[in-house]
Amino acid sequence: MALVSLFFVLPVLFTVWMSLHKWPLLGAPAWIGLGNYTRMFTDARFLNTLGFTAHYTLVVTIAIFAVAFPLAIFVEKQRPLVSAYRTIIFLPVVVGLASASLLWVWLANVDSGLFSPLFQMLGLTSGRINLLAKFDTAFLTIIVMVVWKIAGFTMIILLTGLQAIPTELTEAARIDGAGRWQRFRHLTLPLMRRTMALALILSVTGSILAFDQFYIMTSGGPQNKMISVVYYIFNQSFVSFNLGYGAALSIALLVILVTLSVLQLWLLKVGDERP
Amino acid sequence: MRTRREIRARKTLRDKITYHGIGLGTAFFFLAPFVVTLLASFRPNSESGSPPLPPWPSSGVSFDAYRALDAFGAGIWQHMFNSLVVSVGTVILTVAVSVLAGYGFSRYRFPFKNVLFVLIIATLMIPFQSILTPLFIILARLGLNNSLVGLMLVYVTLQLPFSVFMMRNAFDAVPKEIEEAARIDGARDLKLLVRVLLPLVMPGIATVSIFAFLNAWNEFFAALVLLSSNDNYTLPVLMTAVRAGRLGAINWGAVQAGVAVMVVPCLFVFLLLQRYYMRGLMAGAVK
Repeated sequence: MALVSLFFVLPVLFTVWMSLHKWPLLGAPAWIGLGNYTRMFTDARFLNTLGFTAHYTLVVTIAIFAVAFPLAIFVEKQRPLVSAYRTIIFLPVVVGLASASLLWVWLANVDSGLFSPLFQMLGLTSGRINLLAKFDTAFLTIIVMVVWKIAGFTMIILLTGLQAIPTELTEAARIDGAGRWQRFRHLTLPLMRRTMALALILSVTGSILAFDQFYIMTSGGPQNKMISVVYYIFNQSFVSFNLGYGAALSIALLVILVTLSVLQLWLLKVGDERP
Repeated sequence: MRTRREIRARKTLRDKITYHGIGLGTAFFFLAPFVVTLLASFRPNSESGSPPLPPWPSSGVSFDAYRALDAFGAGIWQHMFNSLVVSVGTVILTVAVSVLAGYGFSRYRFPFKNVLFVLIIATLMIPFQSILTPLFIILARLGLNNSLVGLMLVYVTLQLPFSVFMMRNAFDAVPKEIEEAARIDGARDLKLLVRVLLPLVMPGIATVSIFAFLNAWNEFFAALVLLSSNDNYTLPVLMTAVRAGRLGAINWGAVQAGVAVMVVPCLFVFLLLQRYYMRGLMAGAVK
């Protein structure tokens, strides 16, 4: 049996081994050493995609938290219908990002979609506007879509944190005369640090790896402004077939992600030590 | 006395109305896109290009959209079959390997056990998007690029860290006494595992299966990269072709129908096995 478990470890090890082994594949068979890496730092387009990904990650993470936190508080207490609400809010999480993107690209379409005609009907806009043609509106559409898709997930994670807070503590604070806001600020937030950190890590890493929504919804967006890092790697590796350069970019992405994860885990630890 | 009670009753009533008002509003926002798409997918061809106001078919239910979808690629049944083969294959392989591995990690001692386990968990941190390039090359060397089997193997590998973790916890929760009793009664290794322990870890297997199924069914990036011939496309990859349109015209009816085809199985599986899904999520969150 031990042999069997060793046997299954192989594919995983294989993957790890490949990820370590990537850079000798640079170029076709030609060895250009660190050429790809130096090219990376002078590649303006790559730096642009990095900037865009960072921008997107920041905005979407804030948006998700702004929606998911109130929702988590909303569905925390046992009341009639509450589990139905939880389930419904969670539904978009189980469908794929690709399906969700397809659904929303239709909703946002200028002629046959829902939003532009609806806004026009409600008198919010004069005439129909093409949501996906301009950077700002397209960006906003994608953010709303991602929030719709992911908020339920973050909500459930935050919910587990909220429910882990002993009710005695809240009771005690209430008796001591702490108001609703005070209780939230000085009791709930500090006690939820671990959960929040976890939700934050998941949200940040997920956003950095975003690909489906940009590929399907805007195909890189107006003036190629909406190309995320993974999209750029995809373009380099499988459209231009610069496999070596793509691999080098992947390594860069990997380093960024692992650094971020370690950094966040470290912050989490620091949080633990303080009572 | 009466007035105070009345005031309180009115206050709780008002609270309830606000609460459920907010609840219904939120639920509407989260549910509406699904409902609109489902309804719109049953509109006849003549309506499918116009905005979904109202979303339901106003001149009779029709399956035009689904027929249009069928005209793409190698027919919708073929692509559903592809998706299903990959998903079910992923589930079976993942369960088989993770049960054996989970059992091994839970019950046997062998050198470097902890190191190995940490290594498996650590792979969770490595995003597969960044290892796709070498994966692509290796699969090509093995002659498995553009094949559903290759894609399945990739999915299984991606699914394993989480699954092994789940199954080890499931086996850890089974009391040793049961195993020892079965051993005294004469059950040996594999028989012991299948006959005695498997029923006990069924909930863990359910959790692993749901996650494997949903992830394999929905995955898009790897499928897009690894599959190159039309006949092998899974549903998400097919849908990008539909969304790209033909001769510059996009058949939105087909897009709606495709989304419906992709989404309904997920929702169905989730609603059916919600309990196990949430358990897996909690386990992941606590870790």
